[in-house]
Amino acid sequence: MSSLEHSPVQTRPTGARFLAGLMPRAEAVAIPVGALLAGFAAFSVFLLFVGKSPVEFFALVWKAGFSSAFSWQNTLSRVAPLVLAALCVALPARLGLVVIGGEGAIVLGGLAAAVTGTAAAGLPAGAGMMAMVLAGMALGGLCIGAVGALRIKRGVNETISSLLMAYIAIALLNHFVEGPFRDPASLNKPSTAPLAEALRVGDMPFIAAHWGVLAGVAACLISWILIERTTLGFAARIAGDNVRAAQVQGLPVSRLVIGFSALGGAFAGLAGYFEVAAVHGSANASLIAGYGYTGILVAFLARHNPLAILPVAILLGGFEASSGLIQRRMDLPDATILVFEGMVFVIILLSEMLYGRLRAFTPGFWETR
Amino acid sequence: MTHLKPINRRTFLGTTAAAFGATAFGGVAQPAMAAGDLTVGFIYVGPKDDFGYNQSHAEGAAAVKAMAGVTVLEEENVPESQDVQNTMESMINFDGATLLFPTSFGYFNPHILELAPKHEGVRFEHCGGLWSEGNPGNAGSYFGYIGMGQYLNGVAAGHATKSKKIGFVAAKPIPQVLNNINSFLLGARSVDPTITCQVIFTGEWSLAVKEAEATNALADQGCDVITCHVDGPKVVCETAVARGAYVCGYHADQSPLAGDMYLTGAEWNWASVYTDMVTKTMAGTPINNFVRGGLADGFIKMSPLGPAVSDAARAQFEATRADIVAGNFAAIKGPLKDNKGNVIAAEGEAFVETDVALESMDYLVEGVLGSTS
Repeated sequence: MSSLEHSPVQTRPTGARFLAGLMPRAEAVAIPVGALLAGFAAFSVFLLFVGKSPVEFFALVWKAGFSSAFSWQNTLSRVAPLVLAALCVALPARLGLVVIGGEGAIVLGGLAAAVTGTAAAGLPAGAGMMAMVLAGMALGGLCIGAVGALRIKRGVNETISSLLMAYIAIALLNHFVEGPFRDPASLNKPSTAPLAEALRVGDMPFIAAHWGVLAGVAACLISWILIERTTLGFAARIAGDNVRAAQVQGLPVSRLVIGFSALGGAFAGLAGYFEVAAVHGSANASLIAGYGYTGILVAFLARHNPLAILPVAILLGGFEASSGLIQRRMDLPDATILVFEGMVFVIILLSEMLYGRLRAFTPGFWETR
Repeated sequence: MTHLKPINRRTFLGTTAAAFGATAFGGVAQPAMAAGDLTVGFIYVGPKDDFGYNQSHAEGAAAVKAMAGVTVLEEENVPESQDVQNTMESMINFDGATLLFPTSFGYFNPHILELAPKHEGVRFEHCGGLWSEGNPGNAGSYFGYIGMGQYLNGVAAGHATKSKKIGFVAAKPIPQVLNNINSFLLGARSVDPTITCQVIFTGEWSLAVKEAEATNALADQGCDVITCHVDGPKVVCETAVARGAYVCGYHADQSPLAGDMYLTGAEWNWASVYTDMVTKTMAGTPINNFVRGGLADGFIKMSPLGPAVSDAARAQFEATRADIVAGNFAAIKGPLKDNKGNVIAAEGEAFVETDVALESMDYLVEGVLGSTS
């Protein structure tokens, strides 16, 4: 016993080993948070150049996004489409695909849901809702699944094709909403027929935000389990890290790429469903609100980790919720928040190269102490 | 935009210290407000300096800003989504706004209809003319008969055109736009019945590339006077002038863009409408839920005639304007067919500017080259 107590080698390495185990994990949190703070600092310099106070800016972001029940409601109401749109980027990204056309899947998912909702007017409400969800997810999945298929079968760059897919989707929405599916009563704003009240989605209890937020949380959890805890996800990660190795191992790379792309698209389609069923009540040009593009930012900030998407979406939802107050109180243009988000985005991307380079986060750094 | 200012340590300390002070004492600086004052919020779907729809409303807001005892809040580029509900609630909760002007068509249903019952003490005034019996009592809708402005544009265009072909860049084939196209041609035909008007639909309210393409296509086809109905006429104006065509404006005054090539323009006169509504609200006088008006009521106005307008044109323009102001003027009157040969109005039949039948217009009149689908 006494020999153990007197041995300094026994206690000190325990702490060091603890740190050595902890630090690599801490790296995954410390670098994004550090980059976020650096982004705040860079934007503060920008604000000083235009003669505005950074302190006031961040105080307003806090006030409008996070300080009160109303702020939280304002923030959360933006979270659902952001989370689902981010998954449309994050899932294909685990296979090495950069998909930026989630907007198209949202728009088509919304259109499919609205048209199905009109057609399902005779069904019981539960069945009608289910049909709308499935239709929205199916069309969204088809849209991005096709992007994955073009990539794997024809070698078409998925970034370009998904962006072009978004243009096609918007053109299709306009065509169908102004043509075959137009409600004749919607004179000056062409829309599909309004959904029956029974098919609308309401707010969750206690939170003035619709059920899409919960669906977004569920979608994140499902995606995380799929990627981190299933053989399918394991195969997808291998294919994402090294396609050749995956092929040599006999993994079904094409089916993985198409499947993950389609699942991402299906989540974006679900976002479209919620926009129609919870917000607009019919499909029209208002569906083109740009959530698909903000979703890209969310996914990259979360480093394509489904569990990180949620807090990041809340953070960005809060930033966007403060846009109005910043326009009104600081007399800054509405693009201010976009500049802010853009700066943070660039710095986060730059921070990617720090992984594995900061010695403090390597196990060896602590073990040799 | 604010000009770039050089920063030194003093300004840095000054601004941050001031902001710290403000945050420390009672949160973020509140706009100074005296009792009995009115806070009015304006919400625009696009940029407020777009030389078009949004600018016309921002000019109205500027007139309200000049009134005593009124605080004006403005927010631009607010999409017709959950965002506008958040913006309205933010103006109500954070700034104490009790009169809101959400100015884009798509803000009404479902967004205003959803919020109005939750905020009984707030008045929602929506531009677009959608309010109907059964909608919330604290919501209202207003719009103007701007088709008459396009008719007057047509009169000026009819005199200016040499090719007898005029052009129209239109966003979407919806009743308000079709009414403007038809009025523009009929105004021109009141000068010379052989004039035709080529219309091109871009499919979007704001899509600069297609607007430029459409304007160039019109110029290629020989149209020498061009007008439009898109959210921001800037691109159409500048492209038309570059191609040597005359311009008739829309929404706001585009004479700074078109210079001597500017004939006249059909403008909204929201300054008069908004100051009136604000005055009434401050005095406690109720505003009708459904408000419409034309040239005579100060809802619309014409840009001053440009230097290219001849004396004959000026005389007919002024005479027609007087007829419209006198009331019961009809642009759509018999005998009139649409451009597919169907009878729109029989001999002796007329649809005056206030006729509700015009609000479900789905045709282009004879002489308009183009199709609604």
